[in-house]
Amino acid sequence: MIIKINGKSENIETKLRLNELIRNKNLTPAAVVIEYNGSIILKEKWADILLNENDNIEIVSFVSGG
Amino acid sequence: MAADILEIAGKEIKSRLFIGTGKFSSFSLMREAIKASEAQVVTVALRRVDTSSKQDNILDYIPKDCILMPNTSGARNAQEAVRIARLAKAAGCGNWIKVEVISDNKYLLPDNLETLEATEVLVKEGFVVLPYMSPDLSIAKRLVQAGASAVMPLGSPIGSNRGVKTEELIRIMVEEIKIPVIVDAGLGRPSDACLCMELGCSAVLINTAIAVSDNPVNMARAFSQAVTAGREAYLSGIPSQGGSASASSPLTGFLRKEN
Repeated sequence: MIIKINGKSENIETKLRLNELIRNKNLTPAAVVIEYNGSIILKEKWADILLNENDNIEIVSFVSGG
Repeated sequence: MAADILEIAGKEIKSRLFIGTGKFSSFSLMREAIKASEAQVVTVALRRVDTSSKQDNILDYIPKDCILMPNTSGARNAQEAVRIARLAKAAGCGNWIKVEVISDNKYLLPDNLETLEATEVLVKEGFVVLPYMSPDLSIAKRLVQAGASAVMPLGSPIGSNRGVKTEELIRIMVEEIKIPVIVDAGLGRPSDACLCMELGCSAVLINTAIAVSDNPVNMARAFSQAVTAGREAYLSGIPSQGGSASASSPLTGFLRKEN
């Protein structure tokens, strides 16, 4: 199924949970923040979210800046 | 005399030099520069993760005793700034936020009205808000009313290294605004930072001038010394300027006949 991650469409397997998506992407959970369909989801809730077709996910982290 | 310690939102801040983390050639160099600066408040930005490559976590290179002050760079209006601030807070590194709303791509000058609006919302949500702003007294007063913890007027455009082009306006803000005035942006050399401190500013925020110098570690130390010197001069009461000379040596006892 198709979901949007950071503005780009991606084809992912079905029945995937948010925590599994982060693991599959090799991201360090402590280093990222997720906005799922416009709402911020805290890390402890990631496993509760089963991804759906057309979901919109933003994965952000701190970078250098002034 | 009581110790001269800057306090923001109940936190005692020992260093009046705040430092930004942009433009360093490596995270390790950035870490060394932060240490040399002795800065306690450190800014970062928030961006989309590049999921195609593994990247170092910047937080691993910022000393743990620093206060993290994420900025809302990239925000073009209040709504976007609020969104970025909430995401930054969710990262779990505290509730400080440098509100930065910019709609002008050439000079990167802040949009004061959107900045005020974002500040009002974020203070209500419990953030410690330090807005980056164009030095305008009436907006600064509104920011104080909105509950900002400091105001951060620019010295000159971001990254321009042109120094304190807004000196007169900053001088007025220092006189009239009762929360910390922290000059952010454009300070290009230690003497610029020293001047801000001599004017009575509470702190300065430096990034580019340190990061892009040939030796960021030594430059960080130089800025730290300049900030300390400027602050001490301000506290000592800088004498007023005179129109003509006033001799420093005695005007009697000269080794000449008429004495």
